[in-house]
Amino acid sequence: MELLKNEERAVFALRALYRRYGYVGYKMSQFEEYDLYVRNKDFLVSDRIITFSDSGGRLLALKPDVTLSIVKNAPDAPGAVQKLYYNENVYRDYRELMQTGLECVGDLGDYEIAEVVLLAAKSLQLLGGSFVLDISHMGLVAAVLSSSGLTPGEQKQALEYLRRKNTHELKALCAGKDAAWKKLSLLSACRGSGQEVLDAVAAVLTTEDERRSLSELAGLWQVLERSGCAGNVRLDFSVGSDMGYYSGVVFRGYLEGIPASVLSGGQYDKLAQKMGKRCRAIGFAVYLDLLEARQEPPEDGVDTLILHDGSADTADLTAAAEAAAEKGSVLVAKTLPQTRSWKRLVDLRKEARQDD
Amino acid sequence: MINIALPKGRLGEKAYAMLKASGYDCPALEQPGRKLIFENPEKGVRYFWVKPSDVAIYVERGAADLGIVGKDILLEYQPDVYELLDLRMGKCRMAVAGKKNFHEPMGQTLKVATKFPNIAQSYYSGKCRDIDIIHLNGSIELAPILGLSHVIVDIVETGTTLRENDLVVYEEIVPISARLIANIASYQFKDGAIGAIRESLQEQVERQNDSNSEIR
Repeated sequence: MELLKNEERAVFALRALYRRYGYVGYKMSQFEEYDLYVRNKDFLVSDRIITFSDSGGRLLALKPDVTLSIVKNAPDAPGAVQKLYYNENVYRDYRELMQTGLECVGDLGDYEIAEVVLLAAKSLQLLGGSFVLDISHMGLVAAVLSSSGLTPGEQKQALEYLRRKNTHELKALCAGKDAAWKKLSLLSACRGSGQEVLDAVAAVLTTEDERRSLSELAGLWQVLERSGCAGNVRLDFSVGSDMGYYSGVVFRGYLEGIPASVLSGGQYDKLAQKMGKRCRAIGFAVYLDLLEARQEPPEDGVDTLILHDGSADTADLTAAAEAAAEKGSVLVAKTLPQTRSWKRLVDLRKEARQDD
Repeated sequence: MINIALPKGRLGEKAYAMLKASGYDCPALEQPGRKLIFENPEKGVRYFWVKPSDVAIYVERGAADLGIVGKDILLEYQPDVYELLDLRMGKCRMAVAGKKNFHEPMGQTLKVATKFPNIAQSYYSGKCRDIDIIHLNGSIELAPILGLSHVIVDIVETGTTLRENDLVVYEEIVPISARLIANIASYQFKDGAIGAIRESLQEQVERQNDSNSEIR
């Protein structure tokens, strides 16, 4: 196990966790029709998709994302819920990235939403070290924005300011709209563990839609508290995602020592609706490539280096290599390798043998 | 330990003076020399000087937890960082300027010389104007004088360079000032320390602002 890289160990641990909660593996093909991604371009993290045509002239893409393919095939019968996890390479900005995640799609209720958020917290816990999971609710943010009296263009701008914790420009945008500023300034500035934030936000909300979303968030908070995960969870409304896709809870996870979020997800009922599905959906992805940042580069040194010049008998050389491999690692080479280190050198070159 | 990227030059020096006044001083930084990194373990801060346009990169990638950067850089490169505070210093504006008596050729593609292609592009797309961007790295004012471009999109501070070259500001795009930015992941784990620095700088900004309005 110690030979495994951080991200490889993580894959095993996460898979075991998801299976324990009844999720099944989903293996997807490397290619998907380009059309699927073009129609939902804003949902993707990057819009630089690698495409090519097959022999029949169909335009295919190397998959930049797994969620879209899962939602495309989601069940929409009443009561049906599909729970899937995946571990796939995705292609973004001409890089291949390993991504693990899970998706819960279908006729979802509060339980499923809570389960996925809990699994997100548990995933971070499994990856080791201290972690933080930031949670927000897009329904709440959208309701506050729509009752703010800001124009649609200004609302988009306000959402961007919330995401950046840019309270100074948010204030200028809300000039003359005191009611909107009262709510938005609180959403922008407050951050912390559940109840105090929930109480502070509840005190400024005015509309029915806003209260409904907040009560969903409060319900989720209770679940987190009872499960013992709440200590690492913060309510933070800067976790913003595209309002065109995300409708409910959204969250982002961080591990100490990694300079970007390693987990990202949320409830994206609107994506399912856009794809003609009468179902709800929630999921998250873990960006395993980022775990590399926490690991020392592997030691590529060997225990024994056997040098030869091709003149030695192959059977002798093999025997020497086998004997060395019994005791530790061995590298057989014709010249001294520039980029590797070794503890013991066995020189089987002709000149060296003559010297003996 | 909080790592802070300061922009080389006058803005960075002013920003450090504010941080010092907030109690985050670092005596090593005030000594002349060619060192790049300065630390004050007692105060829990480490400073380094970087090229102003690189500050956002250091912060976005987590090499620095905090940085001081002009709004122009944030608008141009759109880094994924928190913008925590407007320091209201290094004030200037992003503007469209051209030769005196210049009339925009509405029937033609507008040639725009700039160091800030993204800002220029988004400003003119907002106006549905077809433009040809000429990306220059310096002496932007030369472009309209030599006929390389119709107008320039650039930072205007006092307007002296423009005046001396017979150029005038036609449109103002956005006011610019220095901002305090933070790496989003660092903020999760160091929110206490980062919050304290932000608070203290904000108090100074507000005090400064009050005294300015008294003078007026």
